[in-house]
Amino acid sequence: MGRRGVLRAAAGPAPVATPRDRTGVVRTVLRSPVGATSAVLLCLLVALAVFAPLLWGDRAAAIDTDALQQGPSPAHLLGTDQLGRDIFFRVLVATRLTIGLALLATVIGVAAGLVLGSAPSVLPRWAGRVVTSAVNIAVAFPGLLLALFFAVIFGTGTIGAVLAIAFAITPSFARLTQTLTASVAGRDFIAAARVCGVGRFRLLTRHVLPNIAEPLVINSTLAAGSALTAFAGLSFLGIGVQAPSYDWGRLLGEGLNRIYLSPAPALGPAVAVVVAGLAFNLFGEAAASAAGRRPQPVRRTPPAPESIVDDSGGGLLTVRNLRVTFPGGISPVRGVSFTVHEGEMIGVVGESGSGKSLTALAVSRLVEHPGEVTADRLEFDGRPLAATPDRELGTKLAMVFQDPMTSFNPTRRIGRQLAEVSEVHQGMSRRDALAKAVDRLRAVRIPEPERRAGQYPHEFSGGMRQRAMIAMGLMGEPRLVIADEPTTALDVTVQREVLRLLARIRAERTAGVLLISHDITVVAQTCDRVLVMYAGRIVEELPTAELFTAARHPYTTALLAAVPDLDTDRDAPLAVIPGRPPEPGEIGPGCPFAPRCPLAGDRCRTEEPELTAMADGHRVACWRSESELTLAATGGPR
Amino acid sequence: MSELRFDAVSVRYGHHLAVDDVSLTVPSGQVVGLVGESGSGKSTLAATAVGLVPATAGRVLVDGAENHLRKVQMVFQDPYSSLDPRMSIGGSIAEAMPRGTDRRAEVARLLELVNLDPGRATALPSRLSGGQRQRVALARALAGRPEVVIADEITSALDVSVQGAVLNLVRDLQRQLGLSMLFISHNLAVVRYVSDRIAVMKSGRIVEEGPAERVLAAPEHPYTRELLAAAPRRHTRLEAS
Repeated sequence: MGRRGVLRAAAGPAPVATPRDRTGVVRTVLRSPVGATSAVLLCLLVALAVFAPLLWGDRAAAIDTDALQQGPSPAHLLGTDQLGRDIFFRVLVATRLTIGLALLATVIGVAAGLVLGSAPSVLPRWAGRVVTSAVNIAVAFPGLLLALFFAVIFGTGTIGAVLAIAFAITPSFARLTQTLTASVAGRDFIAAARVCGVGRFRLLTRHVLPNIAEPLVINSTLAAGSALTAFAGLSFLGIGVQAPSYDWGRLLGEGLNRIYLSPAPALGPAVAVVVAGLAFNLFGEAAASAAGRRPQPVRRTPPAPESIVDDSGGGLLTVRNLRVTFPGGISPVRGVSFTVHEGEMIGVVGESGSGKSLTALAVSRLVEHPGEVTADRLEFDGRPLAATPDRELGTKLAMVFQDPMTSFNPTRRIGRQLAEVSEVHQGMSRRDALAKAVDRLRAVRIPEPERRAGQYPHEFSGGMRQRAMIAMGLMGEPRLVIADEPTTALDVTVQREVLRLLARIRAERTAGVLLISHDITVVAQTCDRVLVMYAGRIVEELPTAELFTAARHPYTTALLAAVPDLDTDRDAPLAVIPGRPPEPGEIGPGCPFAPRCPLAGDRCRTEEPELTAMADGHRVACWRSESELTLAATGGPR
Repeated sequence: MSELRFDAVSVRYGHHLAVDDVSLTVPSGQVVGLVGESGSGKSTLAATAVGLVPATAGRVLVDGAENHLRKVQMVFQDPYSSLDPRMSIGGSIAEAMPRGTDRRAEVARLLELVNLDPGRATALPSRLSGGQRQRVALARALAGRPEVVIADEITSALDVSVQGAVLNLVRDLQRQLGLSMLFISHNLAVVRYVSDRIAVMKSGRIVEEGPAERVLAAPEHPYTRELLAAAPRRHTRLEAS
């Protein structure tokens, strides 16, 4: 009885949907076979509940002393009862009372649950604790047991049964409301409203309840199904609906007495209970799965022009025309080509959604289904990446992520997690691997590496964890280190340490480093070359030394001007790039930057430019001629 | 506008002293930038100023008075979670207004003030980009007619290309309205750009405070010097050492 709801809520915060998704949920429900069937059944039940007593009320009540306790016959499809009344019509007519009482019990139960569940957020703290504890105790009892308990207290009869079932639903709903409320209460918009002086009650009705309504409604539907079966149970036991009223449970009880003589009078109401209960539950399930898994809007992107294949010498990592595509034709990476040489540090800059992280994942073979990676050439250390065995990739390629907390297993010691790399990939013994782990922790300048190796990830600070992550990459003999925003979560002083460490690995081991960052100054400080990405493509590639003097693409120059640093003129307004970057599905035929570009012309809006070489090591994807760009970049006359 | 003063404020979470005896003044009509690493207590200090976290010791005063509910407003870090997804942006802004305001006109005026089309008042936050949402959050903070505004890492959740627009707006509004402001960020370059004075926080304490030019040009505390040295600069290269 609603127990499923508690589990669902405990499993994690419910997905909070935006309102425009709500019609989408209904549509998704109706489109799924289960949802459509249960919806039709529910409509049928409601129609029966409304019309059956009007149409067949008389026939169901008609006493026929000539046909007592008959079996099924063409005249009486399910037979007759001990007063000769037609059981088929009695089942149809009983729909109204059965469904009505179940819904009434659900409404009372859900309402009481809502009040109890939201009370702690409105009441003073001590009173809230009392309510919470009471609910916690009540949740521990099985629903049907509570219903029987209440049925005894309220006495036998319809009202008693309704209240019994309602209060049996209440605890689990109160708990569900509490859990959902707690998951919303931690969000900033609640804090923001409190700062604005919004009262507790208004906070609950305007901000909390609307944001948890969806899972509550879904669970209410499920609860209605349970209430219906539970009510039938009580009536069956004789403590629910009393004669002369009748619902399915009573009819079932009456029919059961002579089930061995004639099964039909018992099976009829039984089937009705099962079908109705299923209809409610399945509809709730379908709604829940529709709410949890929203369909992605499917958009078609026009294919980008084929990138010019550059067959010039391969490096450590050679990437030509790399694309990552997701179902629905969305391609967040659209034809990226670059090379990383040994001992070279390459920076990739771009905003969120530019495809830089996905490029890194594709290069490390970490793009998960349903993403699809294609490339004209994708080679690592002289071999196609697809043909490199996992073991080799595990030791030659190291990956460093933004948040090392989620990259480490929180329940295992750091040293063991590092050692595992060598045990698995290099077949080292446990002891040797651990010694190597300590050595590598020392190499990334973690103080007291022996002691630290025995600690858990949560005992490390953020910068220390990031260094341990890099140490893990060093357990093999990495030829290439891919670092995706390795310093974004870190403070500037720690950031400098981590960047220095990467630079040192590059210098000492002649490994290649691919550093991905949204911060152009970080890249400018450490890398040899910069790749600027926008909307899934590289728009400019140039040596870092020329970044602030010779950058040509309007996006690169705008980006450089938009980010303040310690030398920015404090009295002038910061340069602003109007608009926002396009989503992968919004990219049209022209240059994706054209809508935001001060230099955009007609051609820019219809045709996407190729990345073409301007000078040695400098490539730009822009239709504007070099002289125009130079003028714009140097702030000359336009 | 008026002055915000932290008077020997301490905040303790269990055994952890998040804010340790902080005294700091945001002078009337000035911007004080607060820098420090994550976990240094910056955000906790902000939360005590708006009453989200009670101070364990000390007082927060606005113009010398302790009762300052609504007089201090805050703009939060993440505009994706600081606006109620089920409420129109106009509704969110109107909610913060004092009673008896002509809400519709005031919402339109505030949206215009933050360079948004007043016609979008009925839009839900999901229709807006991150930068636009942060402007709505700024408008909401101003709707309460605050004496002091606290900006807690307001650009760190935004893309670099829209950060500049929000920073420009903050500066313009501050000058236009003469706001007193506590501007919190871990990014020294951003703090430098908007602040008149700079305070540096470390392990729950303010280790240095003074006029922006002085703190940047002649830092006194070793930690401030370390921060300045570590801040990424365009024309210096980081060498492997």
